[in-house]
Amino acid sequence: MSAKGALGSRDIALPEACDVAVVGGGVMGLATAYHIAQSSRMRVVVLERSYLVSGASGRNGGGVRMQWGDEGNVRIMMESIEICRGLAQELGINLWFRQGGYLIVARSAEGEARLRRNAELHHLLGAPTRLLGGEEAREIVPDLDATDIRLAAFNAEDGVVFPWPFVWGYAGQAIRKGVVVRTHTAAVAAEPDRDGLRLHLSTGEQLRARIVVNATGAWSHDLNRSLGITLPNRPHRHEILSTEPLKPCLDPLVVDLRSGLYFSQSTRGEIVAGITMPTAHDDGAGDRRIGEHGIGEHGIGEHGTDVDQGSSLGFLAHLGATLTSLMPKFGALKVLRQWAGAYDVSPDGEAIVGPSPGHPALLQLCGFTGHGFMMAPAVGRLVAELIVHGRRHPMLDRWDPARFARGATAPREDMIIG
Amino acid sequence: MTQRVFICRCEDVTVAEIDHAIALGLDSVEEIKRYTGLGTGPCQGKECTVALVRLLVQQQRFTAASVQPFTARPPAEPITLGDLAAMARGPADEVDR
Repeated sequence: MSAKGALGSRDIALPEACDVAVVGGGVMGLATAYHIAQSSRMRVVVLERSYLVSGASGRNGGGVRMQWGDEGNVRIMMESIEICRGLAQELGINLWFRQGGYLIVARSAEGEARLRRNAELHHLLGAPTRLLGGEEAREIVPDLDATDIRLAAFNAEDGVVFPWPFVWGYAGQAIRKGVVVRTHTAAVAAEPDRDGLRLHLSTGEQLRARIVVNATGAWSHDLNRSLGITLPNRPHRHEILSTEPLKPCLDPLVVDLRSGLYFSQSTRGEIVAGITMPTAHDDGAGDRRIGEHGIGEHGIGEHGTDVDQGSSLGFLAHLGATLTSLMPKFGALKVLRQWAGAYDVSPDGEAIVGPSPGHPALLQLCGFTGHGFMMAPAVGRLVAELIVHGRRHPMLDRWDPARFARGATAPREDMIIG
Repeated sequence: MTQRVFICRCEDVTVAEIDHAIALGLDSVEEIKRYTGLGTGPCQGKECTVALVRLLVQQQRFTAASVQPFTARPPAEPITLGDLAAMARGPADEVDR
């Protein structure tokens, strides 16, 4: 893999028509394209509006966990983690996947009850989650201030990855299998065509496809709107930071349920941390106004939805205060860099995946509410199975884009962190 | 000159790795950062960006006037979590109650 364009290109020629056009070159779109190409002879094109790794797939914390509150989510993450184990070899790239576990701490009676309920569910499903007292939690993270920790849950199979090579890996292998990955090209509108859809691109080109996959996450509105499709997912800015690198000192990713704080040590040595901001709206409807205190960095490229990816001092201060109260030693640790990315938030916290209402040729692959990256290995595979074989994974029923019109939102998952 | 010439000393990125990224078609500063990790260490690109840009201009991929650095992220200088916590102490404690 050394030829120009081996990881996508703005210059590569597009066919006039293809079987599947994936709009959005993030981890979801690329994993789906990779699996379609691997299991069929379909002609697949991926369109990315900017460069690869420019959106949420390059901006998340890289946490990968099976500790969820809902059976379906636990199962899909068990699949995803199973895939992750062999993925570096499969994709031929170092993913920095490290199974140091997730340690989730509860400091309230409500949080304690959630952890107990989840651990019971995990036990039934075969996920090895253990409940620990505060002192036992300190055996795993010795620097943790455990004074008001009522209960902790630890699953040693959870872990962290470095998101960037994940995206490059899927892109490189998809291209090797014949997928055309065109960067710096946005799909600005879609219209029904004889046999599928016709995409109008920002370059002035057109592309016909039997099936179009909308994998643009927080940017998914524009393409949907061009077909008159209205879905309730909304962009939501989430901030994160990383520190100077340290020698290995923190095995698990730690989550504090009360504050929505999470932090982990990447294999590169840096501490990566994010938190739910007290100003964030928690009604699940997302928030376009939150950018008021952001600085710089609005959106990507000049086309379509303006998604705020600015950084704030308020985040640094709030995270600093919360993290050092739980990990006093980190007070001396220096923050090197902060940034933000866009969650694609759906009202019930569940993804929006499958044929669009009224336009079955447009498949939604959106609404992952901040946990899309960790689910992508399993989801890319199951969406490819839907497209290639018509096989419906059980999660597709609850992820049905038509559920909102029916007023039947999915039961709300209570382990959405951050 | 051997191939072990470091262009990003924080993240141990060599000139050969930059050449490899460029050969793959990743020739913008943002893409090279995300493929090699250049500029993501303690200096945050303050030492290595100029060296990278010089390389890209030498190879005639950009003119010095047209090349774009990667987005500068706050903070401008490394700052401790303790200092940040002190800045927030009042309101953050309120929030965390």
